[in-house]
Amino acid sequence: MNLAAGRSRLERPTWSVSELNRYIRDLFEVDMRLRDVQLEGEISNWRPARSGHLYFTLKDSASQIACVMWRSDAGRLTFGPDNGDAVVARGYVSVYETSGAYQFYVQTLRPAGRGQLALAFEQLKQRLAAEGLFDPAHKKALPPFPRRLGVVTSADAAALRDILNVLRRRYPLATVLIAPTLVQGVEAPPQIVRALQWLDGRDDVDVILVARGGGSLEDLWAFNDEGVARAIFAARHPIISGVGHEIDFTIADFVADVRAPTPSAAAELATPDVAELWPLVAGLRQALDDSLIRRLEQQRRQLQALSRALHLLRPQAQVASYTQRLDDLWHRLGQAMIRRLTQAQTRLDVAGAALKGVSPLATLARGYAIVHAADGRVVASVHEVAPEQTVEVRLVDGRLALRVETVQPIPDRQV
Amino acid sequence: METLSFEAALQQLEETVGRLESGQLTLEEALAVYERGQKLAAYCAQQLETARLKVDILAAGGEIVTLLDDDNPND
Repeated sequence: MNLAAGRSRLERPTWSVSELNRYIRDLFEVDMRLRDVQLEGEISNWRPARSGHLYFTLKDSASQIACVMWRSDAGRLTFGPDNGDAVVARGYVSVYETSGAYQFYVQTLRPAGRGQLALAFEQLKQRLAAEGLFDPAHKKALPPFPRRLGVVTSADAAALRDILNVLRRRYPLATVLIAPTLVQGVEAPPQIVRALQWLDGRDDVDVILVARGGGSLEDLWAFNDEGVARAIFAARHPIISGVGHEIDFTIADFVADVRAPTPSAAAELATPDVAELWPLVAGLRQALDDSLIRRLEQQRRQLQALSRALHLLRPQAQVASYTQRLDDLWHRLGQAMIRRLTQAQTRLDVAGAALKGVSPLATLARGYAIVHAADGRVVASVHEVAPEQTVEVRLVDGRLALRVETVQPIPDRQV
Repeated sequence: METLSFEAALQQLEETVGRLESGQLTLEEALAVYERGQKLAAYCAQQLETARLKVDILAAGGEIVTLLDDDNPND
């Protein structure tokens, strides 16, 4: 070091301007930090050249730097920058040897600041809404048991790990097909569209997850791209978006058939949970058993009923039944006969007693007699007989044959 | 049965239970349907038991590569 310093004092070389500028340029270009710079500032001195290259200055309140954006990069601009725009530029710093000026070589440029991004977001959202891209009528239903899930996301990001973890735990019956893509930066939207279209073109994919982990509004900007929105809308398979965190809404979320708040949630919405399928299968198994047992029980009852009916219909039973009926009738016959005889006896007794009361024999026993004429008529008046006629007198214990001598009627007594 | 997806097996199982519950089968048919249902239920349960997530990725060359899934506890 001392030696070198001493020599440089001794033999100080004379450089050309070009040599110096090239040397300075080399210094810039070996500095790793200057090879990839993200720079925020306000555009001024905006000078698009006829060649297509863009020349401008980026400044903040105290400083400024000359910028150039080559035509090839300028062609990918997603907005029309102008003086006064707050932007985030990304590129490298180097030296323009011709003028000895160091410059910022801008490769990508996007609006900075919530205000401008929010405005662009609102404009696109309103335009696509007016076109009907968010219309619920276009939303496709998710398959209840997806066999193959397509995933559009960055291959090495936490979002993918989250999705796979959820699927492993929740529904390992599925298979996953990942179409890796950038999810950030200007290259991201066309890659996302390609990945989406590739998966959507496959018949073995049932549902597609478009996912990205959390980040700043700028980080999520690829999912506010119109091309991405249209690719989601055009897809024939249902699409679930899971971009950023719960609070982040992107245009992709509005177009997707289902919006999930996070990548993990997208995986959950896409699949049933095996924890819920276990009881379902067990329940069906139980229903199967129950239903067969019921069937057999029903069959057994039917068999019982039939054998009971058969028992009742056997001939012995019928004979027994007739025998009983016969016994019954026999009994009733006897009872009826006894009742009739008793009735007759009673009537006879009553009639006998009555007869006794009216019999003339009792009167005769007291000394009265009945006089019969010859022809047998009972003589009740003296006028019915004449002297010399024969009459018969009946007494209680026999008859007398008498001849009438005189007839003496009792005066005033007419019969 | 081996080529049946879980969803298809579950659906067939549901239909089988429905047929058996309808009570319109002869006893012989009912027993055959029951046996089929038992097989389907066992198949579904076995699918749930043994399933492991298969992860494929579209490689840079355009071919599909199956990832070795080290995170699967059953591997």
